[in-house]
Amino acid sequence: MADLAKLRDAVMNGNDKGAVEAAREALAAGADPVSLVTEGVTPAMAEVGRKFECGEAFVPELLIAARATKAVFEILRPRLAQQGAQPVGRVVVGTVKGDLHDIGKNLVAAMLEGGGFEVIDLGVNVTPEKFVETAQARNAQIIGLSALLTTTMPAMKATIDAVAKASLKGKVKVMVGGAPVTQAFADEIGADGYGETAASAVGVARKLIGK
Amino acid sequence: MHPLFAQLTARGPAITDGAWGTQLQARGLAPGECPDVWNLTHPGAVESVARAYVEAGSDVILTNTFGANRIALGRHGLAGQAVEINRAGAAISRRAAAGRARVFASLGPSGSLVAAGEVAPDDLRAAFEEQARALADAGVDALLLETFADLDELRVALAAAKATGLPVVASLVFDSGPAKDRTMTGATPEQAARAAAEAGADAVGANCGRGIEGYIPIGPRLRAATTLPLWMKPNAGLPESIGGKTVYTTTPADFAARVPALVKAGAAFVGACCGSTPDFIRAIRRSDEFCETVCSQ
Repeated sequence: MADLAKLRDAVMNGNDKGAVEAAREALAAGADPVSLVTEGVTPAMAEVGRKFECGEAFVPELLIAARATKAVFEILRPRLAQQGAQPVGRVVVGTVKGDLHDIGKNLVAAMLEGGGFEVIDLGVNVTPEKFVETAQARNAQIIGLSALLTTTMPAMKATIDAVAKASLKGKVKVMVGGAPVTQAFADEIGADGYGETAASAVGVARKLIGK
Repeated sequence: MHPLFAQLTARGPAITDGAWGTQLQARGLAPGECPDVWNLTHPGAVESVARAYVEAGSDVILTNTFGANRIALGRHGLAGQAVEINRAGAAISRRAAAGRARVFASLGPSGSLVAAGEVAPDDLRAAFEEQARALADAGVDALLLETFADLDELRVALAAAKATGLPVVASLVFDSGPAKDRTMTGATPEQAARAAAEAGADAVGANCGRGIEGYIPIGPRLRAATTLPLWMKPNAGLPESIGGKTVYTTTPADFAARVPALVKAGAAFVGACCGSTPDFIRAIRRSDEFCETVCSQ
């Protein structure tokens, strides 16, 4: 299992080339692709998330760890699919309509991916309709909404309303986050979940789908 | 101290202005629309915001150019108009100030992180050089780098701003970490103040954030790391959703009541950020406590 320690270290240190190399080595040595996720990437991202929560790591560290995670998934995805491995859950993420900020959303997407979720990233300035259509078409259990601007926070409520209108309320859970977003705001607009930081997204998402 | 800053703060703290983005929204700017291009498309509306702050008693007003570097403008397909937008923004604020207030031009971050490979350092440098030069050429009194978080980006922007010969304020946003006293990239107030001073800033400070209360302890920490004048421009707190509308619950009176604490914490320039209005500036200007603080110095 020494090879997975190498993978974990590379992901934690944001060394994308090293992470891909370690993943290739582990696969060549016969490791199960699923174990590379559950015993490699997931605990590594969880550790980066823990450091982020307690102020030992900040956005740049999280972003480079996320980049390494992405690089590893590029080579793992086809193998996982081939094996019929199921993700923990499927999440549609995006920054709400009118908002072009993507740093927070990218962090959440990376944490969720690292946590074993399949993430469908719709980018920035995403309409409520687009969120709903994608969640339906891709059979997602969760929609994750991000906003940085206080002026675009009402678009979160509009998206939650659109989910209800499409009769998906309860079937598709909505989690929200972003610098100006608080638990009180999330409650007021009827969100199912709220995370104060990107690192808390995995725990919130797992709870929403009972895993 | 730079002579202009010495003059502005000679009789106590100088009062800067309040929010622009939320004021432009009140005049019809749609969420997600680029505020900076309004300097070209809606100059009258932008000038009315600037004039409202002059009339409220601001000693210093900013410009509507926070996002007018070519990297940020590029997200709206406006990269090619950076120079034009900055020149127009400077001209609008100078016209509104009409000699009654000084004009400090606002330059915000690019929104892309060098550390994450999202932007090349050379592109970042070119973008800030272009913006700083356009604003300086248009005759502003000083340059304000505000809402920065990444010290590497701040150094690049500071070098570009200092090259114009104008005095420069470097202001960061401290809203991260368990104690909400770090920038998004983890810099402490002490590290930020030292980095800004070393890179030639003429004043350092803190803006936006999570309301005025959180910035009162930041002042002494900046002060401990530098002798430069301090610039403090906290926002009106985090908004709440009331009846489907996003509302800031901090009132002008609430904010003004905390300003003396900010001044005691070392602020030489005081103002307000997101969610504030000209009434905030009026309240600070009128506040007896503020007068007493000024007069007792």
